[in-house]
Amino acid sequence: MVDELKLVEKAKIMDSERIGRALSRLASEIVEENHGAEGLYLVGIRRRGVPLARTLVDKIEEIESVRPEFGIIDITLYRDDLSTVGANPVVNRTELDSDIDEKTIVLVDDVLYTGRTIRAALDQLMDFGRPKRVQLAVLIDRGREHRELPIHADFVGRVVPTKKSEIIKVMLEEYDGVEGVGIYTLPDE
Amino acid sequence: MEKPFHRKDLLGIKDLSADEVLGILDTAENFREISSREIKKVPALRGKTVINLFFEASTRTRTSFELAAKRLSADSVNISVSTSSVSKGETLVDTALTLDAMQPDCIVVRHSSAGVPHQLARISKAAIVNAGDGTNEHPTQALLDAMTIRERKHKIEGLKVAIIGDILHSRVARSNIHLLTKLGASVRVAGPRTLVPEDFVHLVEEGLTVSENVEEAIADTDVVMILRIQKERQDSAFFPTLSEYAVHYGLTQERLALAKEDAIVLHPGPMNRGIEIASDVADSARSQILDQVKYGVTVRMAVLYLATGGRISREDE
Repeated sequence: MVDELKLVEKAKIMDSERIGRALSRLASEIVEENHGAEGLYLVGIRRRGVPLARTLVDKIEEIESVRPEFGIIDITLYRDDLSTVGANPVVNRTELDSDIDEKTIVLVDDVLYTGRTIRAALDQLMDFGRPKRVQLAVLIDRGREHRELPIHADFVGRVVPTKKSEIIKVMLEEYDGVEGVGIYTLPDE
Repeated sequence: MEKPFHRKDLLGIKDLSADEVLGILDTAENFREISSREIKKVPALRGKTVINLFFEASTRTRTSFELAAKRLSADSVNISVSTSSVSKGETLVDTALTLDAMQPDCIVVRHSSAGVPHQLARISKAAIVNAGDGTNEHPTQALLDAMTIRERKHKIEGLKVAIIGDILHSRVARSNIHLLTKLGASVRVAGPRTLVPEDFVHLVEEGLTVSENVEEAIADTDVVMILRIQKERQDSAFFPTLSEYAVHYGLTQERLALAKEDAIVLHPGPMNRGIEIASDVADSARSQILDQVKYGVTVRMAVLYLATGGRISREDE
């Protein structure tokens, strides 16, 4: 477990405005790729994918005057690293209130790194039904060399090549009180 | 967020802090939605083994634990006393060691003697969950009762709860008294003098009172909890006849009218209709009995998850 207090900021790569612009572009790309917003269903992955998905829903509605559906998934119970030594993970609620069958699902997360969170999210999604298509939108893609599974993002806010020793922190109003993206390291590295 | 639970075993409510109890209840809230999915199963405890070791007959608790384990993808095995070698004279310690050698991750145990789960916990490497030990505790029942109360009353603190019946022999009452008083409810107990001893010194906690009669206990309460009358106690002369019990202590509409207008009724089941609870009360909108059964599965999922699995090694991606 990373001790948050000891992290050293190496570089600030996005501020609130840049995050906003990146999300606007992602919203446009999502409607362009899907020829509109009909049948779109945005699903935020807890925690930081949730406010990002919510913002994307708003922005898509502004562009298309159609509001995509919105849901939340918590992947804790689908993780592949349960039972490795560490802390008890806190389970939060999954909220997929309307049917996902035949919908175009856009999974939304803050950072794409190893791809394992997305694998868990896909497995959980399949337990809820049979979507027509599943796409992935992320604010930050840390680069393909970190991927441990054949997973890629369809919509990317920004590619940030990083070393394994570096940590990307996405801070959002809802959880952090401030907005921004930074690269951090542990002091001894 | 704070980690709700650090223990290997769930042996009783008595040893838990109020924070731990709330942690389990909050975790359970997040498991609730799983049982209403079309595919009622998550892979969290895949590859884990849960043994339901029941030395005492039980259908609903065992079924509830079994469903909870299955909905978390654990493999569960039921061992009941009539089919085990305990009836062939094996000691509890040998049974525990034998089961332990099969490397289960969790043993859910019910026994007619108090303290058996605690003894198992000392021997076994598996997480031990108490599913009822003698007249001592039945922690998951108290947790599911609390979840049911929170669903309707949105809190426990400040509530007035009456528990009516055989308090002396009831592990349900004991666990509930511990839980409810820990969370700041005031609890009144009532029943036949022989079953509600005045000398409750060993049990009396802050917020617990013994009432003279059922009417006094029920008056102005938010929750009325009725205990099952164990018919076998009649032979031991704890009370004269079942019909007399019904007349003096049974929960009727008239008695329930003394409680608050929005008071709810709980019963751990199985019910003796017409004895400790009138049929029209059991079937009324006040009765939460089926919700208790429903939340039983939910709470047990949370308990199994917290006791056996649920460890991560690193921060999220």
